[in-house]
Amino acid sequence: MKLTINGQTRDVTAPEDTPLLWVLRDELNLTGTKFGCGVASCGACTVHVDGVPVRSCSTFVGDVADADITTIEGVDGPAAKAVQTAWRELDVVQCGYCQSGQIMSAASLLTETPRPTDADIEAAMSGNACRCATYQRVRAAIHRAADIMEA
Amino acid sequence: MTIQTSRRAFLKGSAAAGAALVIGVGANGGFVAAKETAVLDINPFVRISPDGVVHVVIKHFEMGQGTTTGLATLVAEELDADWETLAVDLAPGDSSRYANLFWGAQGTGGSTAIANSFMQYRQAGAAARAVLVAAAADTWGVAPADVSIDKGVLRSGDRAASFGEMLGKAATMTPPAEPTVKDPADFRLIGVDGLPRKDSYGKTKGETTFAMDVRISGMVTAVILHSPRFGGRLVSFDAADAADIPGFLDAKALPTGAGVVVYGKNTWAAIQARDMVEAEWDFSAAENRSTPDLIAYHQSLLDGAPTYQARDGGDLAVTGDALAGADTVIEAEFLFPHLAHAPMEPLNCVIEPTETGVRFHDGCQFPGIIQPVVAQVLGLDPANVEVNTVYAGGSFGRRATPLADYQTEAALAYDLLGRDTPVHLVWTREDDIQGGYYRPMAAHRAKIGIKDGQITGWDHRIAAKSILKGGPFESVLVHNGVDKVSVEGIKDTHYAIPALSVGLTDAESPVTVLWWRSVGHTHTAYAMESLIDMAAEATGADPVDFRLSLLADGSKDQHCLAGVLKLAADKAGWGNPAPGRFQGVALHKSFESYVAEIAEVSVTDGLVKVERVVCAVDCGLAINPDVIRAQMEGGIGYGLGAIMRNQITLTDGEVDQWNFPDYEPLRISDMPDIQVHMVPSAEAPTGVGEPGTPPIGPALANAIYAATGKRMTSLPMSEHGIDFA
Repeated sequence: MKLTINGQTRDVTAPEDTPLLWVLRDELNLTGTKFGCGVASCGACTVHVDGVPVRSCSTFVGDVADADITTIEGVDGPAAKAVQTAWRELDVVQCGYCQSGQIMSAASLLTETPRPTDADIEAAMSGNACRCATYQRVRAAIHRAADIMEA
Repeated sequence: MTIQTSRRAFLKGSAAAGAALVIGVGANGGFVAAKETAVLDINPFVRISPDGVVHVVIKHFEMGQGTTTGLATLVAEELDADWETLAVDLAPGDSSRYANLFWGAQGTGGSTAIANSFMQYRQAGAAARAVLVAAAADTWGVAPADVSIDKGVLRSGDRAASFGEMLGKAATMTPPAEPTVKDPADFRLIGVDGLPRKDSYGKTKGETTFAMDVRISGMVTAVILHSPRFGGRLVSFDAADAADIPGFLDAKALPTGAGVVVYGKNTWAAIQARDMVEAEWDFSAAENRSTPDLIAYHQSLLDGAPTYQARDGGDLAVTGDALAGADTVIEAEFLFPHLAHAPMEPLNCVIEPTETGVRFHDGCQFPGIIQPVVAQVLGLDPANVEVNTVYAGGSFGRRATPLADYQTEAALAYDLLGRDTPVHLVWTREDDIQGGYYRPMAAHRAKIGIKDGQITGWDHRIAAKSILKGGPFESVLVHNGVDKVSVEGIKDTHYAIPALSVGLTDAESPVTVLWWRSVGHTHTAYAMESLIDMAAEATGADPVDFRLSLLADGSKDQHCLAGVLKLAADKAGWGNPAPGRFQGVALHKSFESYVAEIAEVSVTDGLVKVERVVCAVDCGLAINPDVIRAQMEGGIGYGLGAIMRNQITLTDGEVDQWNFPDYEPLRISDMPDIQVHMVPSAEAPTGVGEPGTPPIGPALANAIYAATGKRMTSLPMSEHGIDFA
């Protein structure tokens, strides 16, 4: 099976019913996408499939064979850059393990909604758990990223 | 991905690039400079590479608490290093060189990382500065006093040189035995708000290596089928059906009887294969009770005379007399559930063979325990158990394993394969939620006598399983049978409470227990600060005024507690909440820091929303104010989620919860607006990782009481009548 990941075509041997997460992490060595729960409940494994954030732990690799897959290693564009810049300006991270997923979700939100409200942020980010509870800064950094994109 | 698999490999790389200067503590305790060839014999904290980049070697692990930034700040301050280019290297496991100075062995915990390292890292930076200045002075023919350093550049008159240019000369210089550290008035980095974290960049790029990300050639994954009940023993297993799973390798019984190791070529294969393994267990020595039975058992332990009197000078007879003479006696009972830590990165580590033993790649919190324990398990010299510490995806106490539980599993899984195959031991989230080492269940019962508007006596009793007994810390932290962490925060309260007795009775259960961010304070602060509000109400006093009246004896602790309380009350507008808001206050000292929190809630259609928390903290000198702010925010959020809705319960000994859907973490929509204020201080720095957690529960409980009249004495609140928005 061939996958398109971060703009590159990759051959994978895993069975089609393997979660995308484990193909990324164990077969392709793209370890920036994290394993947190395995049941689409924490968002640490969030990647973009055709620009839409999905939980890779609960996505069969066979279902995304024809899609464009983007991971934290390859995410780019104005929204992603603004998010990463804002994240560093506000020092959002603590342990950092969930942050790949937070950033993927935030970049997707800002691509769709360049000026999100707090309610928009809560709706888009409530599936991304952070046990360090960096949420106050996640919220502030998304607003800051919106400012950066507008400037 | 390439990872630095040993210090030796790192040094080899350095040597290829040229000489590196290493400053550290020699065997005699004095600071020494040495060329890189001698590094293995000294204890380096500061390394300067030929390109002039300062590397600070971090002896504490980074679980998000900001230790890489904090320890680097101390060195950079004394060295006047360039913060932007400064690098941090995580120290290998080696207690002889990297011990926590409070413990004598290498490890992180008890919110001590900055406190124990404060002078050590400053002196290491000052020693590096001294040899670099001496080298420049010698090269330029000027007095050392005429050499200055500005952002990593040595200067004298119109001469300037990078650290890299002076390395060769500096390596020949003898650093002072007692390096002089800066006058705090000259600090340029310590106390600066917004100094960027050192770990932000990698963590926002997905480039930071956690143990889960370590990849070694030939590595297999091991997951373990644990007994579904604590204390169960494996009788037999059948892995025949696992053979259908692509990538399944083998399944073997742990020699401890604790479970079956299931090996896969990769993580998914091992996880799937485990689901196919059938096992039979002996539950004769297991915990077979259900949570209601455990609650009744803990409550029954409060009925009789306590086993231990934990309060110095506490006397039940004296307390009893005081209660008998009181006008009013407040009685209350509190129940606290088992709690899982649930760090975002599930427990895991990699073990691989070396020529003389093994090497761990682990977000390792206690190298000083892991090395000797694993050495014993595998029959090795502890010196041959290498620990490559990597970044940890949270811990909250769970990686601080006094019995090296998961590293021992990894060692056994490695041994069962013949000791020549690298093994990645992985816990799934289900293992984490169901795997024990919980915050212990605890029951409290208190009787408080009130007479003439004053507390006249207080009978406090606690029943909980001891965390420390049977472990390596017992000899240090258990005195006269009293496990300090079962009663901390009450037995040593700084409130002036007459006739206070604090009884403790240990609960017995095969359910494994462990410290959970702020340890005993997780329940003692909740009980204490709820009870203080109840006593305030009984006397007709304002909760803040009442607390201040109990802190009027003039001790330093009382002064600091009153200080944060007044600051929080002032910043929160205590007593004048916005319309529709209700306030609750709590105050607690833990890990030598003082924290007051005022929670504000609103109630709409019966749903409680935590709107705002104002926090005031006194943690001595604030090294990195923004890191402290982040730790208070995180400590509050971590406590809040648990208080609101987390519990681990058992049915016939089996854990009812399995993953995040029924052990629901705090979400962004639950996060209140948190405002953190610091008391300016020149005192030595104290803990910040944990002290933000204890007050949030009682502050919320007191706010909910103000809003609804419901006194929440059993947790979590969502299971006892409170619905959150």
